[in-house]
Formats: sequence, structure tokens, C-alpha cells
Amino acid sequence: MAARPIVSITRLSKSYRRGDQVVPVLRDITLTIPEGDFIALMGPSGSGKSTLLNLIAGIDKPDEGELLVDGEDITRLGEADLADWRASHVGFIFQFYNLMPVLTAFENVELPLLLTSLGKRDRKERVETALALVGLADRMEHYPNELSGGQQQRVAIARALITDPTLIVADEPTGDLDRKSAEEVLALLRRLNAEMGKTIIMVSHDGHAVLSARHVTHLEKGELIPEAQSSPGPSAQERRPG
Amino acid sequence: MYYLKLIFKNIFRHKLRSLLTMVGLVVAILAFGLLQTVVNAWYAGADMASANRLVTRNATSLVFSLPAYYRERIRSVDGVTAVAISNWFGGVYKDQTFKNFFATFAVDHDVFFDLYPEFKVKPDELLAFKRDQRGCMVGRLIADQHGFKVGDVIPMTSPIYGGGTWEFTVRGIYEPKDETTVTRQLYFHWDYLNEQMKKRFPKRAEFAGVFIVQIADGSRAAEISQAVDKEFRNSLAETLTETEKAFSLGFVAQTEAIVTAVRIVSFVVIIIIFAVVANTMAMTARERLAEYATLKALGFPPLFVAALIFGESVMISSLGGAIGIALTFPVAAFFKALMGTMFPVFYVNSHTVMMQAVAAASVGILAGVLPSYRAANVKIVDGLRYAG
Repeated sequence: MAARPIVSITRLSKSYRRGDQVVPVLRDITLTIPEGDFIALMGPSGSGKSTLLNLIAGIDKPDEGELLVDGEDITRLGEADLADWRASHVGFIFQFYNLMPVLTAFENVELPLLLTSLGKRDRKERVETALALVGLADRMEHYPNELSGGQQQRVAIARALITDPTLIVADEPTGDLDRKSAEEVLALLRRLNAEMGKTIIMVSHDGHAVLSARHVTHLEKGELIPEAQSSPGPSAQERRPG
Repeated sequence: MYYLKLIFKNIFRHKLRSLLTMVGLVVAILAFGLLQTVVNAWYAGADMASANRLVTRNATSLVFSLPAYYRERIRSVDGVTAVAISNWFGGVYKDQTFKNFFATFAVDHDVFFDLYPEFKVKPDELLAFKRDQRGCMVGRLIADQHGFKVGDVIPMTSPIYGGGTWEFTVRGIYEPKDETTVTRQLYFHWDYLNEQMKKRFPKRAEFAGVFIVQIADGSRAAEISQAVDKEFRNSLAETLTETEKAFSLGFVAQTEAIVTAVRIVSFVVIIIIFAVVANTMAMTARERLAEYATLKALGFPPLFVAALIFGESVMISSLGGAIGIALTFPVAAFFKALMGTMFPVFYVNSHTVMMQAVAAASVGILAGVLPSYRAANVKIVDGLRYAG
């Protein structure tokens, strides 16, 4: 039985205004992402892949079209509702990790849980589990500047999954990492997808990184390139084990 | 709790910047407090004034005296309970340098200290003073400054009354009721002065500089003042009666421009530090735009982001303000010691402390408003791009 769609995008368009000029970024995008998928969005700079990711993550709003995530049309949500929705449905992984430099690894991971009703003890338990999962149980009290780039990104991954979100969105997660650290991060993402069934949407330039995804979707000049013209990602069997 | 922790951690993120901003605040709040205290010291005489005391002087000018017999006529005015003559003697002790200056008055020894309950006098000393026509009472401030003790003889000259050296025997030292009471005066018998005038300059005898008029009901001050002045209308020496506070403020008014300048400078200091803190907070908010965008992306509401900056601004100002206020007391004490008796009453009052606290809080609040508004309203995608 096919997995139910977790993201359904229909005729989505987005443009930006630069002075008097209106610059279209996404045109008439229609895309469905099934639950438990690991999809990579690829494309040259300015193709609109990050914009598409931002729209799916609810940190930007489309001009037109419908965007359903887990059955909810997030384009209709107001700012406050959208913030609540993000807190419970989306885990973010950024290229530059975006950790709070004044907080320890533990506190950074704990941050999204402060928006939940969990008590201190439950939060601690969850954070310790998440940090152990990403292999940083011994670095909980370290500040970001005391960690390597790869370790910081693993803290960011722990922060992304701490609320058990519907989606994990990763914008160039390996873009700032060396090959070894990048491979560790990708292995972790593959594990999250394969073992925990997390739906991951990743934007990447890196041809090597996208090999970790189950599917690859190409964008060019704000439009999706039909499957036939784009290189398929590796099948689940082809993917290396985490 | 977490919010406060985050604010504290953010404050000490750029230690030098925060430290310098706080030092600026400390200096500004301290300077503001000191300048306000100087202004208050200027008004010390007026602040000490009682609502139940009036001063009657010559309507033409204070330099002209009034006939001493006015005393009885004033006393007969309805509402008046006591009257005392007070003559500015202009005594010079040792030399005319400022450090040796203190005020000297010839007063009606029988009633004068009854009119001034804020001067705490020992009954035996007061009695000794009343009995000795050449006796005097000195205030605690000048007694400490010059080491005057009961029994000491103070030689003085007077450019106003002449007559060579006048000698007064200290019969008592009066204490201030509280820190607002000025005790930088020497009081001696008006009778003694008058008798000397009769001998030396008969035409200058039987005159009073001013009359200190005690009234039973302070709320009737205006009415009684008019009644007193009416009593002497169309006489050779018409009177002008006003409250003691108004009389004292008349002296302050002569230096009003200086006081106003000091007051303006104290507020300018606060405006300058506001600009400094506002600049620091604007810079801080701009640097952390990506962090605020990240927090918003994670689901934190704009209000939380705004509160982070706003809280940081208020916290820095509060810390700087608190240290500034705390330092005002020892610095004011040092300043008072340095200035000798120039300001007989020089202390940091609760109103000044309140103004300092309000100034520090206002700086923190106003400096945080715009940066926190901007941070709260930054578009997440724009903020994240700022990081990249």
C-alpha cells in the first residue's frame, strides 16, 4: 500500500519584489511527498529550491496555490497559528547550524521543548535521549564554539527531532562541513528516515549528499523538472546503511 | 526563568561592550544624582522653611530695615502667635575666605529658638544663652568645622555694623532635627547689638532686619501676611510679608540661572547615555538577527524575541542604574567633605534616588523599544539570510 501524502502542493507560485520589479521564484509547482520519504531538492542557485523548502516549512508564504501538510492547508494560517504549527510539526536543520551561541548543546536542544507543556524532568530525559542518538551524550554541557562543525550540525539535528515533528527540513545541511563530517550528518539523516520513519526534505547542491535521499526532485528557474529528465535518487536498497 | 537566563547570558556575551555601556550608565546616573543633589542643596534653606513661619521685611528692599517697635504691632495681628527680630550681622570670623564663612544673626533671644523647633537645643544651654547678653548659640556644622565648644569665645568683625571686634561666648550648640536642617549659623542677642548701636551709632539703633512671624495656622499664611502689611500701609516703612519658603526662594532666585543650568546639564547627561544605550541595543539586535529568525522559525512568538532585547536593555540599565545609585551616597559624602560648608545641607534624598531609578529605567525602556520592535518583526527568511 502506498504511503499517504504528508505534503501536497498544488499550483504553488511565489515571487519577490525587488524595487519596482517582480521576480518570480516559483511557478505553478505541484508536488506530493509521501510520509516517511527522504526527498532531496536539487537545482542551481536561484532555482527556487530554498524558497520551496521555506514555504513547506511555513516560514514563508506563497502568492498562490495550495500547500497541505499532514492534511492542513498552512497557507491559510495566521502568523501566530503558523508559529504554533511550526513548533509542533517542523524540525529545522540549517546550513550554518543556527545554534544559540550562549546556550550549551543541552540547552539548544531543549529550546523547542520550552514551547511545549513538558516538565523539566521530561525535557531533560528527551534531550539526553536525542543527544545520545546523535552521538553527543558526552558533549551536553559544551557550547557551540567548543564543538566542531559536524558536532554542531548534529546538535542541530537533535534539536530538529526533539519535538518529534511531522517533517524535518534541511537546508544545505552539509554545505558548511568537510567530507567526513558531512558523511556523518548524512548517515544520521538516513537513520532518522529509515529507523524512525521521519519525513525529510533536504535542499542540497551536493551531488554526493543527495545520494542519501530516496527521491531527488530537480528545480530550474522556479519550475519542477519532470521525473524523466531528472536523475533518480538511489532506491532504499542502494542506500548505504546508517 | 529560562528567559532571564538567556538575557543574562546575552548581556555577558560581549563582555567589554556590556561593561563599557554599564560604566557609562553608572557614571551618568551618578552624575545625575550628584547634580540633582547640588540643586537640592541650593534649595536647602527653602526646604527647611516652615509653613507656620512668615517673614516680614521692608517692602522697598531687604537692605532697608524696619523699626523694631513693629514687633508688638505684628504680634497683635490676628493669627500671629510669636514674633522675633532677626538681623543679618554679616560677621567675619578670622578672615573673609569661604572656608571661614558662616551666617551670623542677631535675634530675639527669648523667643527665637521657640520659633525654630528644628533646632534641637539643650534646655540648660538655652538658659545659659538667654542669661548671657554676649552669649551665642552655634550650629553643629560650624561647631564641628571650627572646633567650637561651650565656653569658647568667638571674636568676629562686621563690615555692616563695624565697631572693631565683637566677642561672643558659646553658650550652646544646637543640633539639627534631621539632615534637612541647616546648622551653619551663629545666633546672638539682638539686645546686645542694639545696645552697642545705641552707644556707637545711635541712629542705627532700634531697627530690625526682618521679623520672623509665627502663625498658628499655616493655611492662613496669605491672609495673615496681608493683614500684617495692611497694618503698616502708608507708613514710613511699609512691609512685605511672605512665607519663609517664599522669602528663602527669593535668595535662590538670584542664582536661578546657575541652578537651571545645573538642572539642564543633569538631564543632558541622561539623554547622552540614552543615545549610547540605544546604539548598543540597536547594534546588538542587528548582530543577532539570524538568532531571532531561528527562534521564530522554531515557533517562538515575536513577543518572546522582542522581550529578549527589551529585557536585555532594561537589565543593563537596571544594573548600571543600581550601581550608579549605590555609588551616589559615598561620592556625595566625599563631595560634601570636599566642599566644606559651601553646602550646609548636602545629602542624597529619596526623591533624588527615585529620579535616578526612573531615569535608569526610562533609558532601558526607551533604548530597547525600537530594536525589539525590529527584531520581533523581522521576516524569518530575511533574518536567516542575514546569517548566511
